Amino acid sequence: MEINKEKLLEMYRGMFVIRHFETKTKELFAGGKIPGFVHLYSGEEGVAVGVCSALRKDDYIGSTHRGHGHCIAKGGDVKYIMAELYGRETGCCRGKGGSMHIADFDVGIMGASGIVGGSIPLITGAALHFKYKETDQVAVAFFGDGATNQGSFHESINLAAIWDLPILYVCENNKYAESTSISSVMRVKTVADRAEAYGVPGITVDGNDVVAVYEAASDAVERARKGKGPTLLECETCRHHGHFEGDSGTYRTKEMVEECKKRCPIKRLGKFLEDEGFATKQEIEDIEKDVEREIAEAIEFADKSPWPKPEDALKDVFVTPYY
Amino acid sequence: MSKREILFVEAIREALREEMRRDEAVFLMGEDLRIWGAPLGQTKGIWDEFGDKRVLDTPISEMGFIGAGAGAAALGSRPVVELMFIDFFGIAGEQIFNQAPKLRYMFGGRMKVPMVIRTLIGAGMSAAAHHSSSAYSIIAHMPGWKCVIPSNPYDAKGLLKTAIRDDDPVMYFEHKMLLNTKGEAPEEEYTIPLGEAAIKREGEDATVVALAWMVHKALKAADTLSEEGINIEVIDPRTIVPLDKKTIINSVKKTGRLVVVDEDHERCGLSAELSAIVAEEAFDSLKAPIKRVATPTVPIPFSPVLEDAVIPNEDRIIKAVKEVTSYKASK
Repeated sequence: MEINKEKLLEMYRGMFVIRHFETKTKELFAGGKIPGFVHLYSGEEGVAVGVCSALRKDDYIGSTHRGHGHCIAKGGDVKYIMAELYGRETGCCRGKGGSMHIADFDVGIMGASGIVGGSIPLITGAALHFKYKETDQVAVAFFGDGATNQGSFHESINLAAIWDLPILYVCENNKYAESTSISSVMRVKTVADRAEAYGVPGITVDGNDVVAVYEAASDAVERARKGKGPTLLECETCRHHGHFEGDSGTYRTKEMVEECKKRCPIKRLGKFLEDEGFATKQEIEDIEKDVEREIAEAIEFADKSPWPKPEDALKDVFVTPYY
Repeated sequence: MSKREILFVEAIREALREEMRRDEAVFLMGEDLRIWGAPLGQTKGIWDEFGDKRVLDTPISEMGFIGAGAGAAALGSRPVVELMFIDFFGIAGEQIFNQAPKLRYMFGGRMKVPMVIRTLIGAGMSAAAHHSSSAYSIIAHMPGWKCVIPSNPYDAKGLLKTAIRDDDPVMYFEHKMLLNTKGEAPEEEYTIPLGEAAIKREGEDATVVALAWMVHKALKAADTLSEEGINIEVIDPRTIVPLDKKTIINSVKKTGRLVVVDEDHERCGLSAELSAIVAEEAFDSLKAPIKRVATPTVPIPFSPVLEDAVIPNEDRIIKAVKEVTSYKASK
């Protein structure tokens, strides 16, 4: 697959936005600026960016509790996402969703879910809608390895298979379902092996190689757009931080986390860009500086944004007024 | 309007067909809808008219296809999804409890989920504990569901059409003992707004609130009671979310007495909710304590003798009405 400089730099920027957003989120959460629970995406950027780079704006994604990366990669505005994390009126969900429920239908983010596997049936429904309306849009379900043991995964991928729905099931296999090693709760060797049970293609790629993810996702997207049905795409990756902020992380040794950080998808693409002559060190630093400024602005926006009005707690249950 | 009698089950089919003809976004999805036409014939003939595209037979995967219904609705489809029996809601619990009714709120009101779930409720067929629940109280308790519980063909048709046109998730409950009952329903187009109770019979001695099958039992009890000179007012709320509190409260203000007849379980159920509303908003009008005639909080038993022992009947309604109408406060 031909991949040009512009696309590569775009992917570098995309991953760096997520990383820097998460680094700042970690600090802001520790500093008490962000309430609730936070699950950081750092380390897995290659998956969200690789997959979303293969999508159009009018394609839709379903996200997870570890969803900041997906939403940013799909085109969510970091200002409104950060304001949502802060619980402010200007947040993309007006402060009603928070970190685990980010949505922006205008850019194809159908919403993140706080329930493991919870968004998989919903985004499968988006694919059903596309097929019913005879559009050529594609849906992507993001989920972790843990979710592949949920009934929602099994039921949804089976539905998509029998109806040839235009959807990618993208498993971010970071090897741990919360604190539980996936190998202790799954008898088959890879998540992709599960695809055979549904009669769909199952592919495993290195999720920390954004170009590999992009290429595999592009093939699966093309297949889906042509009406040939779903693909299960397993992206092997790892997270730099705990399951949530505050996780003691005792199920992984320090060496394992260090090893994970060495596999960083951003450093890897940066090295590739320099080694292959796609970009100079300066060009990469310029991108990073620009991103740092963008995130700083987003934080300032969130920090200065008003809180929602208490009476708004009763709004938006129904389209009709509350009762 | 023309006078015409149709079966309850025909009213459902007519509403579905009319709405599918009116709006391309409406499609049906569920188990055994095509050849069977749903377990009690609610969708019979619809596949013949609309074909595979508009009538989707699903695998037995309630969580998968109810979630898919909500997802399709979130992008603009208007699916009418069948959950064969309300007893199966636990299988789809994640999507029914956490997703479909919460999405709009969680996402700040920036989207909507115009999905209808049709589901069978009620005892009376010795179908035992997994096919006889009412369970609408559980659904009404969750934020985000509108709940429609019709008692006759006219309401069944008019309310289902409204439910399909509504922009929020609506759970539509079909009582299995009513599907083969007849009633008047005009051929001409009509709809019934959600949140308007029907006064089924006027009376001044006590207010009896009942839904679905229980409306018929309350009306029979009313006939018996009137022979003894006791005239009850029978109110059918028809929808419990939204609930027409005003009609119930105005009636209690007139009669001073309330009996709630509820096929759902008594504990934390609709009967408790209605009693609390009246106690809060019409306390000064009450001449007697509120009485509940509900199904005890036990699984619905199989044997007809046991089933009859727990489901509210005319005798229990009559007894409750006599208790409230003969009540004397002890000073």
